[in-house]
Amino acid sequence: MLNATPKDQIERTGLTINPAKTCQPIGAMYAALGINKCLPHSHGSQGCCSFHRMHLTRHYRDPIIASTSSFTEGSCVFGGKSNLTQGLTNIFSIYNPDVVAINTTCLSETIGDDVGEIVRDAKVPEGKTVIYASTPSYQGSHITGFSNMCKSMVSQLAVKEEDKANGKINIFPGFVEPSDMKEIKRIAKELKIEFIMYPDTSEVVNTPNTGKYEMYPSGGTTIADIKDSGNSIATLALGSYASQDAAFTLEKQCEVVPYVLKTPIGIKATDAMVMNLLELTGGSVSKELEIERGQLVDLMVDIHHHYHNKKVAIYGDPDIILALTEFVIDLGMVPKYVITGTPGKAFEKEIKEVLEAAEIKDCIVKIEGDLFGLHQMIKNDPVDMLIGNTYGKYIARAENIPLVRIGFPILDRVGHSFFPTVGYKGAMRLIEKISTAFLDKVDMECLEEDFELVM
Amino acid sequence: MRQVAIYGKGGIGKSTTTQNLTAALAEMGKQVLIVGCDPKADSTRLVLGGMHQRTVLDTLREEGEDIDLDEILKIGYGGIRAVESGGPEPGVGCAGRGIITSINMLEQLGAYTDELDYVFYDVLGDVVCGGFAMPIREGKAEEIYIVASGEMMAMYAANNISKGIQKYANTGGTRLGGIICNSRKVDNELEMLEAFAKELGTQLIHFVPRDNVVQRAEINRKTVIEYLPEEAQADEYRTLARSIDDNKMFVIPKPMTQERLEEILMEFGMLD
Repeated sequence: MLNATPKDQIERTGLTINPAKTCQPIGAMYAALGINKCLPHSHGSQGCCSFHRMHLTRHYRDPIIASTSSFTEGSCVFGGKSNLTQGLTNIFSIYNPDVVAINTTCLSETIGDDVGEIVRDAKVPEGKTVIYASTPSYQGSHITGFSNMCKSMVSQLAVKEEDKANGKINIFPGFVEPSDMKEIKRIAKELKIEFIMYPDTSEVVNTPNTGKYEMYPSGGTTIADIKDSGNSIATLALGSYASQDAAFTLEKQCEVVPYVLKTPIGIKATDAMVMNLLELTGGSVSKELEIERGQLVDLMVDIHHHYHNKKVAIYGDPDIILALTEFVIDLGMVPKYVITGTPGKAFEKEIKEVLEAAEIKDCIVKIEGDLFGLHQMIKNDPVDMLIGNTYGKYIARAENIPLVRIGFPILDRVGHSFFPTVGYKGAMRLIEKISTAFLDKVDMECLEEDFELVM
Repeated sequence: MRQVAIYGKGGIGKSTTTQNLTAALAEMGKQVLIVGCDPKADSTRLVLGGMHQRTVLDTLREEGEDIDLDEILKIGYGGIRAVESGGPEPGVGCAGRGIITSINMLEQLGAYTDELDYVFYDVLGDVVCGGFAMPIREGKAEEIYIVASGEMMAMYAANNISKGIQKYANTGGTRLGGIICNSRKVDNELEMLEAFAKELGTQLIHFVPRDNVVQRAEINRKTVIEYLPEEAQADEYRTLARSIDDNKMFVIPKPMTQERLEEILMEFGMLD
């Protein structure tokens, strides 16, 4: 399989092998699904849309809906206006969503279609909404696409109205699982906070099987709520890469104060989110959350010998792996490699702060890195564990290293749609996964005389 | 069959020159096809006596890919076959892709028949993107003529186009056949263009003087060859046609630096 990966590392420019990212519209499509009764629309050729739907469907194991402008050679030459205009008419008459969220493809971006002009010129039925985001895949990654669509939700929907202050806090959860979004909402409710969260894909991409297909499930943030977010007190942007742009746009547009925090993975990041929410509202921590936090601390102490001092390679999306790195350090593990495929200098600075605070010196951080490079580094200086998405399974097999699946995409295991990794409960689940992965390997491989009943 | 591409700065007179030149070739008994590669679709107006031709891309858009050659190929003066690629309206779509689509379409439909002596591609403006280089890609036009004048920007564009030609010439068979001067009555124009062509490593294949008869013929939707065949200007185009027909000098151009180009202008452009 990956047995041919050479140990010798040669400086590569202009070649990425097994990238740690995918293309912008995937993120944009996922974000759009977090709006109630929204149909994501892909402005480009059919193949793009098929890939994005397929990739999301494989990760969430739920049917992911999206329509496409279905470019032909003619649309490429003459521009995609007539296809999109006709497409919108068809979408509203056949599929009848409340909202259409258009993302663009490399093709429509390169020929220079002005989607904003096309939308303004289109006849959108009364009471329906169309938003759009520019998402060329030759820039950034799926995280950039997610961020761009979130920014469009703000810039094209949110409004500040006179004397309509709603006293609410906006929460932008970032590119996390539907289970995580639900958990963030639960924590906010535990803190008795009035909030508006978007996007919110819980109960959209992890729907129950009722025997009846619902094209637009009950979940997702309503347009009314997104509009009203302009009247809120403050915005919590969780994860700078996925949520910061939207929060800053809302500040500029509606003077809602932004607070940019880490994705609440691990005890420190969750504490930070809880404290920030309480500072804004002046409430106190609920009994329930206090118990959960206490249980997490107890678990960290109880089984620290399972993972203490183990070296780990973490790869994936910047917001997730930043918080993950902080958490594994809190567990006493040693991050050896931290790799993201999403471009952006800010990550380097943020991760350095985390590493320096823990006095970890020989951790290699790569922005726009790839899994081939990670594999080579592991061959030269091995680690005890991989944490990242499904694509790492080839390295895990080649090097016999346990892989804990966190991030996007997870195409070969289940659980992520239903069990969160954010919050105190999520941190406990992470510990369970990390510990189990180590112990399973020991149980399968250790000498008979070392085989233990109690571990 | 010789495939020839005509490039040059926008407005320099590529279409007028191409049509007068092909009319002269037709007069010599040559079988010619003109492929207009300009979204404005005005490259064949003079040989067809007006703009009433449906473009390849319009036809493709309205009728799909299943079209017949005679829907898009019209016969004009002296048996010249004429095709217009067409393209999107200004400001939308991708004209470059339009040229690629349209030339592929013509090949598919069998427009390039064996009895043709010449295929002329009349390409708009500069080689701004891959699509506009389509006529000089592998297997297409192997000789290129650049229409220029003694004006600074025309020579600047010609030099730029040479860069595009050089790129394709190094890997394929395309070569520069010469510079055609479409005179703007600039000071010392002939000497300047000769020096410019020499610097590029090519030749000034013909100096077409400025004559109002061209304008009058255009208003009448005709080439000079057809409208006033006895005029001296018609003979100029005939000379150009013969020079191209007899041309043996095909080179990979050596584009010059901006500084060198300006030196030539200084040297020849200032009479005193």
